[in-house]
Amino acid sequence: MCLGIPGEIAEILSDPPELAMVDVSGVRRAINIGLLEDEDLAPGDWVLIHVGFALSKIDEVEAAAALDFLKSIGEPYEDEIAALRESTIEQG
Amino acid sequence: MRFVDEYRDAGQARALAAQMAALCRPGRAYKLMEVCGGHTHTIYKHGLEDYLPDAVTLIHGPGCPVCVIPMGRLDDAIHIAEQPDVIMTSFGDMMRVPGGRGSFLDAKARGADIRMVYSPLDALKIARQNPRKRVVFMAIGFETTAPSTAMTVLRAETEGIHNFSVFCNHVTIIPAIKAILDSPDLHLDGFIGPGHVSAVIGCRPYEFIAHTYGKPLVVTGFEPLDVLRAVYQILTQLAEGRSQVENQYARVVPWNGNAKALNVISRVMELRPYFEWRGLGSISHSALKMTEKYAAYDAERIFQIPGVRVADPKACQCGEVLKGVLKPWECKVFGTACTPETPIGTCMVSSEGACAAYYNFGRFSRERVKEATRR
Repeated sequence: MCLGIPGEIAEILSDPPELAMVDVSGVRRAINIGLLEDEDLAPGDWVLIHVGFALSKIDEVEAAAALDFLKSIGEPYEDEIAALRESTIEQG
Repeated sequence: MRFVDEYRDAGQARALAAQMAALCRPGRAYKLMEVCGGHTHTIYKHGLEDYLPDAVTLIHGPGCPVCVIPMGRLDDAIHIAEQPDVIMTSFGDMMRVPGGRGSFLDAKARGADIRMVYSPLDALKIARQNPRKRVVFMAIGFETTAPSTAMTVLRAETEGIHNFSVFCNHVTIIPAIKAILDSPDLHLDGFIGPGHVSAVIGCRPYEFIAHTYGKPLVVTGFEPLDVLRAVYQILTQLAEGRSQVENQYARVVPWNGNAKALNVISRVMELRPYFEWRGLGSISHSALKMTEKYAAYDAERIFQIPGVRVADPKACQCGEVLKGVLKPWECKVFGTACTPETPIGTCMVSSEGACAAYYNFGRFSRERVKEATRR
């Protein structure tokens, strides 16, 4: 829950609003980007995701570092990714 | 081009170790608190204490939101989950936390409909799909997760979803730090500031720590060198007689935080007069509740909760660990009666809890060696 997971924006969705498709460790999921509305996010940008919401825009090196940190902690990260895999917030 | 190795370089870590040693005044001890459970994890995982001068001790702070939820609140949540037609939703971290009447998992085994979700938006989706059920989201976390809960409530309002509510247990980091600063038990010399909470609140709210209490605080990231650099910057400030807030994590944390996130929190939630923290006791203005305007989404108003204060098990010393008075391994039940598989206290449940981190990575660190030598 507290872990910020880095994801790369693949597509900004227009309907429903505030959502984007992101790639997270090979998983493609919808997340909410409404908290970064001032950042003008575009495909290829990296964000840190907390519980389904992008909270910070980051660069690619920071994304790699964050991912490295998450992998180093092992099980909690795998649980988080498994939970993210189950998350299907884009479908009504 | 920067590389990840930049944050991992052992040569740089050794160079920092030498510089830190040079900054310590002979005969003085330095006690620094890392507020965030993520930092605790990095420290144990990478054995960072081995790079620190002997005079420096790291104290683990209360920054694990699962750990600070008191047992009574969990009992209230289970009470709500057991009401007719309720689906309780919660992050996975909460499922095994023991309350006075067992955990969410125990309640689920007794027949309550309790589901694990990754995001509050997943809980909202369950509400959308189950219009005849009352779906409650067990909201926990510091300012990193509060904006997500607030955004989800606003979404429910926009969509006209009325069978969704939030059992709000969000806590705020600043009053907890202030409570620790005011506690007579602990005399700290400086703070390693949390990373992702600061991405929301920014660095300004910490300024009173530097100005009023005269303690340095350095916000930093989760890489091993981030943590060592933060300690180096704190020791530098102390050596120069300064106390300031410094941002060592500008690559993620803007000085002013995330204005949109702060705005949505304040639209939906307001400060409670006081809130009970496990270990720290009642702290004024330290947690959030739903505002009157969003009463229709407030599980605390919808359901009659018992609201009974439940004391921690006698054997459990999570309170002392959360305050930094005891090291995890000094707790009487650490690693014997209390393990990540059969936790007695919250610090052993959450992977960010100091006890779990210490149990998983730190069992042979220098503290144990020191203890053995003393004997």
